[in-house]
Amino acid sequence: MSINPPSLPPSPLRAARTAAPVSTRGARFAAPRRTLAGGLYRPAFLALLLAPLGIVYVAAFVYPIGAFLLESVWTKEGLSLANYARLVDQPLYVTILLRTFRIGLYVTLICLVLAYPLAYWLTRLRGLPFSLAVACILLPLWTSVLVRTYAWAVLLRHGGIVNSALLSLGLINEPLTLLYTEFAVLVAMVHILLPFMVLPIYSSLRGIPRDLGRAAQSLGARPAREFLHVVLPLSLPGVVGGCVMVFVIAIGYFITPALLGGPRMLLVSTLINQQVTSVLNWSFGGALGATLLAAALLSIVLLRMLMGAASRWIAEG
Amino acid sequence: MTAPAATATTPVPAGHVLAGRGASLRIEGLTMDYGRTRAVDDVHLECAGGEFLALLGPSGSGKTSVLMSIAGFETPSAGDIWVDGKRVTDLPPYRRDIGIVFQSYALFPHLSVSANVAFPLRMRGIAKADLAAEVEAALDLVQLREHAHKLPAQLSGGQQQRVAIARAIVFRPKLLLMDEPLGALDRRLREDLQVEIKRLQQRLNATIVYVTHDQDEAMLMADRIAVMRGGRLEQVGAPEALFERPVNAFVADFIGQTNLLPATVSTRTGDTCRVAIAGGRAVSVPLPADSNGVPGSPLKVALRPERLRIATAPPSLGDYLEGTIHDALYAGGQRLYVVAIAPDCLLKVRAIADVHTRPLARGTRVALTWDRAHVQAFPAD
Repeated sequence: MSINPPSLPPSPLRAARTAAPVSTRGARFAAPRRTLAGGLYRPAFLALLLAPLGIVYVAAFVYPIGAFLLESVWTKEGLSLANYARLVDQPLYVTILLRTFRIGLYVTLICLVLAYPLAYWLTRLRGLPFSLAVACILLPLWTSVLVRTYAWAVLLRHGGIVNSALLSLGLINEPLTLLYTEFAVLVAMVHILLPFMVLPIYSSLRGIPRDLGRAAQSLGARPAREFLHVVLPLSLPGVVGGCVMVFVIAIGYFITPALLGGPRMLLVSTLINQQVTSVLNWSFGGALGATLLAAALLSIVLLRMLMGAASRWIAEG
Repeated sequence: MTAPAATATTPVPAGHVLAGRGASLRIEGLTMDYGRTRAVDDVHLECAGGEFLALLGPSGSGKTSVLMSIAGFETPSAGDIWVDGKRVTDLPPYRRDIGIVFQSYALFPHLSVSANVAFPLRMRGIAKADLAAEVEAALDLVQLREHAHKLPAQLSGGQQQRVAIARAIVFRPKLLLMDEPLGALDRRLREDLQVEIKRLQQRLNATIVYVTHDQDEAMLMADRIAVMRGGRLEQVGAPEALFERPVNAFVADFIGQTNLLPATVSTRTGDTCRVAIAGGRAVSVPLPADSNGVPGSPLKVALRPERLRIATAPPSLGDYLEGTIHDALYAGGQRLYVVAIAPDCLLKVRAIADVHTRPLARGTRVALTWDRAHVQAFPAD
């Protein structure tokens, strides 16, 4: 009884994700052809059911984005990479690209460091405390990003709470410049994106059967080693999922950098906006968009490869 | 899922790397409260080194709580646990040197089979180069050496549990705890593994405490069985002693099957008394230890289905019960008769069924007899 089809190369973390505590239970999921929909509906009917979504998807997503991206290589002189050359040639644009990735990386790392203990703590909660904690984590998601971003502007401005608190404590003599800095962008983005890191990590931690921890302890693992050798590797899929999600959203984020970063903190997304709305250079905007997309895909592929290598290395001890 | 090949019986030589001497276990006054419910109530238990002790009971009887407190995962409200004469009650699980096999196998899904088995050795700081031989020896014992580099998910349920067993014995623990280890397996595989575990235990001279709700499994494997109900220990003894001399009606019915017939004492002579069973027949039974045998007091008479003889005519001498065949079922080499001795009093009788015996038809008048040594009486609850 193998959960992976025998022809596939073994992937430790795929196995880790699908391994049910009692493997006879896993066997039932291993037969997708016998699911309700697969058994009842013919493929043609299924295609018909999916058609509305497909049409909306093509019309509202694939076509406009495709057209926008195509614009970047299709100039007056025909097919050309001039827009991409400009992107690499001009030091300003390189700086903006690097700054975007640096901020994306920082936001991801800070979120990871904050989210992991939080997610771990969540798995220990039950009942009302659990519901309250989840509500606190999800509540920001339900309030407008605009509101939250302006709230940070209020907090961080010259006469804001942060500066007046530091002044009255005597820690500083004159107000710090917090707003329109990288710091402001980082703080607000971490705040906004934290749930996207907490939830995947929580769900993978939650999926670790209690018996695994007990087994580790009975085999001589102290709590720290139990965490290092069992909990951490088994939560890696959630960590990778959260990192990809936060990084990809962060490098394309617009509102927060636009409002809290100011003109000196241009990022790729604010630059695209500038190119498209002020300069009306759609083709360069398309090139920037394509670069962002490529970077996002590349980061996903790299992280997955890294995880695959890590899990094979872990599997052999 | 394929059944494992029949166990090869290569005996472990006395100096085998994994052969050791199991530790003794002593539990004194173990009590565990969860909020207001008392899961374990004043349990006293002793287990000699190298002994196979089964904790048997229905679900909710507290057997798993006892096991988990031996392992150190649950803290007793009162009482103490000694392993090899050393008090371990306050030791954390990772300091107890006790191997555990879980019903869910609890194999680390991200580690290969050999890395799973190597885990306890690595936790003990044994160098990578030195542990390979011990891991191989442990995998040999469960015949899984050729699967060493697979992941647990690539093995069948039976193979996974054998990996779990190898992992639990590779560090030569003083004590091996098993929590319904075969509960998730189908019957055939379960029977194969019962024999395999028993053989392994004898070869390694290990002390095993084995939790199960399956009385057949407990009978087959254990040197002694501790029967639990409602957090209390009902009886501890060898399987045969429990079957032949249960101390109360619960044990009599839980170990094997028993017909429990309500009866009333008529007269008492020394250690025996005449009782009237439903339907009016008078029979002789030994007086239960904690009963005074006052005429008129209620008792329960216990007669095992396999110890009853069925005949179409009453015997000329001795006790018997009369009734009619209510139902006749064939159970492979045996026939199970349900006999009505009174309108609301049914008895089960197991009789040998072979080519020479003909089944008794429904409605036949029959007489049931038994050896005097095979009847017991218990106080009515």
